[in-house]
Amino acid sequence: MLTKIGRTGSALVCLLMFLMNPAAGDAAETSDGSTPVDSEQGLFKVSYRSSLEPIVINEMHEWVLHVSTPDGQAVDDASISIAGGMPAHNHGLPTNPQVTENLGNGSYRVEGLRFHMRGDWEIVIDISAGEQADRVRIAIRL
Amino acid sequence: MALSLLQPGAALSAEWTAPEVDILRSLWIGTLGPPPPDPTNAVADDPDAAAMGHRLFFDTRLSRDGNIACATCHRPELRFADGLPKGVAIGMTKRNTPGIIGAAYSPWLYWDGRRDSLWSQALSPLEDPNEHGGNRMQYVHIIANDPGYRRSYEALFGALPDLSDAGRFPEDASPLGNDTWAENWRQMTDEDREAVNRVFTNTAKAVAAYERLLLPAPSRFDEYVAAVTEENEEQKNAIFSDAEVAGLRLFLGGGNCTQCHNGPLLTNFEFHNTGVISAPGDVPDKGRIVGVDQVRADPFNCLGDYSDAAIENCAELRFVRAGTELIGAMRTPSLRNLENTGPYMHQGQLETLADVLAHYNAAPEAMIGHSDIEPLGLSDRELEQLEAFLLTLAAPAATSERWLNPPAADTPHPHGD
Ligand code: HEC
Ligand code: HEC
Ligand SMILES: [Cu+2]
Repeated sequence: MLTKIGRTGSALVCLLMFLMNPAAGDAAETSDGSTPVDSEQGLFKVSYRSSLEPIVINEMHEWVLHVSTPDGQAVDDASISIAGGMPAHNHGLPTNPQVTENLGNGSYRVEGLRFHMRGDWEIVIDISAGEQADRVRIAIRL
Repeated sequence: MALSLLQPGAALSAEWTAPEVDILRSLWIGTLGPPPPDPTNAVADDPDAAAMGHRLFFDTRLSRDGNIACATCHRPELRFADGLPKGVAIGMTKRNTPGIIGAAYSPWLYWDGRRDSLWSQALSPLEDPNEHGGNRMQYVHIIANDPGYRRSYEALFGALPDLSDAGRFPEDASPLGNDTWAENWRQMTDEDREAVNRVFTNTAKAVAAYERLLLPAPSRFDEYVAAVTEENEEQKNAIFSDAEVAGLRLFLGGGNCTQCHNGPLLTNFEFHNTGVISAPGDVPDKGRIVGVDQVRADPFNCLGDYSDAAIENCAELRFVRAGTELIGAMRTPSLRNLENTGPYMHQGQLETLADVLAHYNAAPEAMIGHSDIEPLGLSDRELEQLEAFLLTLAAPAATSERWLNPPAADTPHPHGD
């Protein structure tokens, strides 16, 4: 997914981000969805709204993702794939969520989300739009 | 935990922090609610369908040899399990018979989740040579020829097809089963096969409506949680012994049990490899990695022609995951009703609850795939406490006696009730 960006480049940025913010990668920081999360290379910002509020375990639900450029322009033509899991437990998601609808204005419907344990989850969103590809990690604590 | 140890004089084991109370309540049966709707089955909550399903569930005519009913293996007096390592009817099945109380809550059926509704599940044992051993054409004739079934069926689903032409509708036919039955099925027209499948699946939908009435009742654990919520110290101490409280603490804490055994049925209904060694002489069971392909290919799944659901209602199937994590993974079983449902695990490999807990404590490497559990390092005393706690989850079904026994032989048309 990161093919368009050099591996060394992405490793460097990760290192820099880590140095600037030692808490980066600590899943304990829960995103509430409404505050946009920056992608790893800073190419996109992503916020989400869940159909389940608050999110609880063992219930199928959907999200609407909103993707924008760093200066707030909606990204309309993105192709998006979703993965994730519980880093501390070393397992993935129990489902295979997918973007099922481009709602326009940078919004995308993601169906098929369900979490099956309490604890720290990470949703990994790979976004590519035009020439640009980047990854966003959203932390959720259930 | 460390803190409560320091409080002199406090009933040490009985203190729960606010986050712990929150978790306790998430396991409480009071949060369960009725079974989720089953959009694949238009008669899922129809009492007349349940009455017909009740008869079918106990009817031994629905078998090759006239001796096997669902209740042969799913025995009401054993919480709808059978007390055997693996289910046995005409032959021996490959797996342990689960109790089916509360099965209506699960998005997936079977240890490997190879079916996605109660009715699509019910079709399989009827045609499995080790279970009922018959075929769909045979069963459809039984429904048509029995006046009671015919009446119930037609009231629920409309007119039965005219099956009187033996050339078109032989005695036995099925795409599964022996060569003669398969050949007979091949000779039938598409429309006739579809008509038979329709009756077969509708019949199974009635069985499913009955199974939806088999519900778990509050256990001693649930009374305890109610007392914790009400902060009723006296009640708490009267309901749970110190060992049971300590066992519950281990269940939530050091045992990591609620990673998988969570929610009011003590299961997340997901698939995990817990490294249970296969029964002697059996190859390791591939579990969900095979089940996921089977449920996708099942013509009777949520998205199939015989399902009453709209595509939006098939999220579990549409967004089902595959992948190597599913090798050797089994669906987490409910822990309500462990007291007489042994032996345990998918092949009944583990005889007693003590064996199960010893397995979790040791957490051996999986034979295939990767185990999701890690050794616990609990003492013998702690394992006994955990076992004491697990037994507090038992309770009889919250279902009236009438549904737990075979219907009276002369049960009239269900509209009479
Ligand atoms: C030979 C004994 C036997 C008979 C007869 C039988 N079953 Fe089962 N049943 C089993 C076994 C064994 C399993 C588990 C098989 C597996 O997971 O591969 C099972 C699984 C199930 C499940 C899934 C439960 C869960 O929690 O996933 C349901 C529901 C069920 N049976 C209902 C029925 C119905 C309805 C009938 C009659 C149409 C029936 N069974 C006949 C042995 C039997
Ligand atoms: C990683 C998920 C996971 C964890 C953690 C876990 N279990 Fe299980 N449990 C399962 C699965 C999956 C099975 C079925 C395994 C099989 O048959 O292969 C099971 C089976 C059982 C059974 C047998 C039930 C039956 O009807 O056969 C008991 C009892 C049990 N677990 C208790 C516990 C206890 C107590 C703990 C904590 C010490 C625990 N489990 C931790 C997933 C888990
Ligand atoms: Cu986990």
